[in-house]
Amino acid sequence: MHLTEEEKKVALEQTGNILESYSRERGNLIPILQQVQEKLGYVPLVAMEEVARHLGMPPVDVYSVATFYNQFRLIPPGKHQIKVCMGTACHMKGGNIILDCWKRRLSIDVNQVTPDREFSLERVACVGCCTMAPVTVIDEEVHGRVTPTRVDGLLFSFGVKIPKGQQKEGEAIGRE
Amino acid sequence: MTEIFEKLQQKSRAVWQSLRDRPLILVGTATCGRAAGALEILKVIKEELVKHGIDAQVLEVGCMGHCYAEPLVTVYKPGFPPISYGYVTAGIAGRLVEDFLAGDDPCLEFALAALEANDMVPALTDFPRGMIERPIILDKCGLIDPEQIEHYIALGGYAALATALAREPGWVVEEIKASGLRGRGGAGFPTGRKWETCRLAPGEEKYVICNADEGDPGAFMDRAILESNPHEVLEGLAIAAYTVGARRGYFYIRAEYPLAVERVKKAIEQARRAGLLGTNILGSGFSFDVDVFQGSGAFVCGEETALIASMEGEPGLPRHRPPFPATAGLRGRPTVINNVKTLAYVPHIIERGAQWFRETGTAGSPGTAVFALAGKVINTGLAEVPMGTTLRQLVYDVGSGIPKGKSFKAVQIGGPSGGCLPEAALDMPIDFDSLSQAGAMMGSGGMVILDEDDCMVEIARFFLDFTQKESCGKCTMCRLGTRQMLDILEAITKGQGRPGDIELLLELAEDVKSGSLCGLGKTAPNPVLSTIRYFRDEYEAHIKERRCPALMCRELIAYYILPEKCERSCDACVGSCPVEAIYPNEDRIKVIDQQKCVKCASCLEACPPQYKAVIKLSPPELVAERGATNRG
Ligand SMILES: Cc1cc2nc3c(=O)[nH]c(=O)nc-3n(C[C@H](O)[C@H](O)[C@H](O)COP(=O)(O)O)c2cc1C
Ligand code: SF4
Ligand code: SF4
Ligand code: FES
Repeated sequence: MHLTEEEKKVALEQTGNILESYSRERGNLIPILQQVQEKLGYVPLVAMEEVARHLGMPPVDVYSVATFYNQFRLIPPGKHQIKVCMGTACHMKGGNIILDCWKRRLSIDVNQVTPDREFSLERVACVGCCTMAPVTVIDEEVHGRVTPTRVDGLLFSFGVKIPKGQQKEGEAIGRE
Repeated sequence: MTEIFEKLQQKSRAVWQSLRDRPLILVGTATCGRAAGALEILKVIKEELVKHGIDAQVLEVGCMGHCYAEPLVTVYKPGFPPISYGYVTAGIAGRLVEDFLAGDDPCLEFALAALEANDMVPALTDFPRGMIERPIILDKCGLIDPEQIEHYIALGGYAALATALAREPGWVVEEIKASGLRGRGGAGFPTGRKWETCRLAPGEEKYVICNADEGDPGAFMDRAILESNPHEVLEGLAIAAYTVGARRGYFYIRAEYPLAVERVKKAIEQARRAGLLGTNILGSGFSFDVDVFQGSGAFVCGEETALIASMEGEPGLPRHRPPFPATAGLRGRPTVINNVKTLAYVPHIIERGAQWFRETGTAGSPGTAVFALAGKVINTGLAEVPMGTTLRQLVYDVGSGIPKGKSFKAVQIGGPSGGCLPEAALDMPIDFDSLSQAGAMMGSGGMVILDEDDCMVEIARFFLDFTQKESCGKCTMCRLGTRQMLDILEAITKGQGRPGDIELLLELAEDVKSGSLCGLGKTAPNPVLSTIRYFRDEYEAHIKERRCPALMCRELIAYYILPEKCERSCDACVGSCPVEAIYPNEDRIKVIDQQKCVKCASCLEACPPQYKAVIKLSPPELVAERGATNRG
C-alpha cells in the first residue's frame, strides 16, 4: 500500500508529538508504538525510524519489535476495522465460517483493506467474550452470536448493500 | 495508621449506606454484558426513570458470572429482596421501571433469581450451582461499582493491606506459605515460596507485576475480575510489594482488553487519591506505586521471561531459567510475577487467615478455582468452586448440561497447554495434580465444553495452528516441530491422512516437548496427545475412511437436503444461502449445487425445525449415492 506525501507528513508530525512525552529509554518502545498506532491507526515506516532515532537504537530493532507483536499494523486500516475472533470457543461455534463470510462479502483476505479503505479485516485471538461466541469486533464494539445473515445485517448497517441474487464468489460488493 | 484507615472506612460505609435509602439498579456492563447490549439497557433505564420521575440510583457493575443471561439487571427496592433479571431487553427494562419501581409488581416472570434467600423468589443459592459455588475472589463481582473505591472499602477492602502494613513482611510470607496458595496462572507454583525468594534476594530495587495477559483462548476469568473488582487485585499487588520490598509495580494487561485497562487505571488513580498508593501509605512509611503496561498481542508474553523482555522493549522471547525472575527479573532486578487471581486471593487470606483458606479445596490444592465455562454448555459464564470439584458438577450442575439435547463429548481445559478430557473423566475431582495426571492441565481455568458435533482432530489442529502461529521461533523444535505436526493434522482433517500418521504425531510430540525452552513449546503437543489418547478412533476414521464422525471437518462433509423432508413451498434455505447454491428441482424440492456450496451452514440453520431437511453427510461422496437414488 502506497502512502501519500500528506500521510507521511502527518505521520511524522504526530510521532514527533508523541515522542516529546517519552524519555529516551528502550523500555518505552512498546508504549510509544502503541501511542503511534492509537493516533494514526497504524505504525508507518517513517514513524518507526523516528522512534529509533529518539531511543538511540537501530531502526531494524524497532522493525523487529513491531513485526513480532500481533497488535501492530503496518498499513493504514480501513475506516471500519472488522476483527473476527478465532479463539477456541468462537472457532468451535463456527468462527471460521463467519470469517469466510466477511472475506466473501468484502472480497478481501485477512489483513487486507478494501480498495476504498472503508473496511479492513483481521483475526483476533479470544477477546474474552467466549460466552457470546462466535464474536466479531467492529471498531471496538463487540457483536456476539454472529451468524452469516448477521454479517450481512451488520454490513447493511454501514450502508453496504448486498446485491441479492447476483453475487458470485470473489465478486466485489456495491457500496454507497 | 489505623486511624487514617478507619476514617476511610467510615467515609466509605457512609457512601455505601446511602445507596440503600432509595431504589438501586445495577446494570452489568462488563465486556460480556456490553456484547449482549447492556449499554442500551442502561440508557433505557435512565430515560425511563426520568420519564416516571423516579428517584433511584443506577450503577454500572461488573460480571456476576451468569454471562449466559446477559444483559443482567439487579434491582434493590426497599421492602423487596434484591432481585436479578436476566436476558433483559429494552422492553423488560421499561417494565422494571414502570411496574416495579413506579408500581409494586416485581415482574417475577423476568426474574433470574434473588440475591438472598427469601420467601418470594428463589435465590441463586437455591440453584444446583449455588450449592457448589464458593465465591471468594468473585464474591463482590457484579455487586459493586468497580469505579468507586468506597464500595470496595465499605465491604472490607484494603483492610488486609492495613493489617499487613502493621506486621513484618516476614509474617506475610509465613501466612501465605501456610495457606498453601498456589499460583493460578497455570503451573500452580507455591506463591509463598516465590515471594520468599524475592524478599531474600539481594537488591535495593525490586518489582511486582500482575500478569493479566490471559492469552489462553477460551479463558476470560482475569478479564472479568479486572473489570468487576480491580481493587481486589490492586490490594493483593500492594501486599505483595510490601512483602518483598518493592516500590514499583505493574499491571501487564493484554491489548484485547480495553475495558480492563480503563478500569484498572481508574482504580490506581482512586487508590492514590485515597492514600492507599504513593508515598508513606497509611502513614506506615511504606511507599509503592503502580503503572499499567499494555501487552501487544503475543501469547508467549504471558510467560514470565518473555513478559519481562517485552517490558524492556524487546521482542517477547523467553529465556533460560534460572535465574528466575524472583532473583533477576525486570531490568535484572528481583521481580515477583503473579497471575490476577493469585493476587486476588491474597487480601482474603491475610484477612481471614491461612487456616481458613485451607478449609476449602484439597490438601495439595487448597482454596477455590475460578473456571470460565464456554462452548457447548447451557449456562456459559464464570464459576468459583472448591478445588476438587468434579467435572460433572461443573458441566451439569453449574453449566446445566449440554444444549439442544446433544450429548457431552469432552471438555477442553487449560487452553493450548491443556488437553481434552472425555466422558470417563467426568467424575474426576479437578485440581492441579489430578489434571496433569490425566494429561491435561489446570492452565488458567478456561474450559470449553464440546459435544457430539465437535471433531477432536479438528480441535487438536486448531490448537496446533494457534501454538504454531504464536511460537516465538527461538527453539527449532517449537518452530518447526509444531509446523510439521500441524501439516499432518491439516492433512488428516482434509482426508489426506496416511497410515502411520498417528505414530508420527506421537513421536514428534515427544521431540517438541523435549526440544523446547519454555512452556509454550513444552506443552504445545498436549492437545494432540490427549485427543489421540482418548479419541483415537476419530483419527482413524479420518485417515482410513476419509470420514469425519462429528461432521465438522469441512473438506470431509457435504450439505444435503433430504427430498422426503423438504417442504416444497418453503424457501427458507434458498434465501439464506450466500452463494445461491440452492435451487428447486422439477418437483420444487430444493437441491444443493455441490460445486457452488461454500459449506457455511446457513441453510441448515435456516431450515425450519419442523422440517429439519438439511443434513450433513460424511464422506461427501455419499451425496452422489443419495442423489442417484433420489433422482433415479
Ligand atoms: C506460553 C505461556 C503463556 C502464559 N500465559 C500466561 C498468562 O496469560 N497469564 C498468567 O497469569 N500466566 C501465564 N503463564 C504463566 C506465567 O509464566 C507464570 O507462571 C505466572 O504468571 C505466574 O503467576 P502465578 O504464580 O500467580 O501463577 C504463561 C506461561 C507460558 C509458558
Ligand atoms: S519453546 Fe517456543 S515459544 Fe518457547 S522459547 Fe522456544 S520457540 Fe519460543
Ligand atoms: S451450506 Fe451454505 S453455501 Fe452450502 S448450500 Fe447451505 S447455505 Fe448454501
Ligand atoms: S473464543 Fe472468541 S471471545 Fe473467547
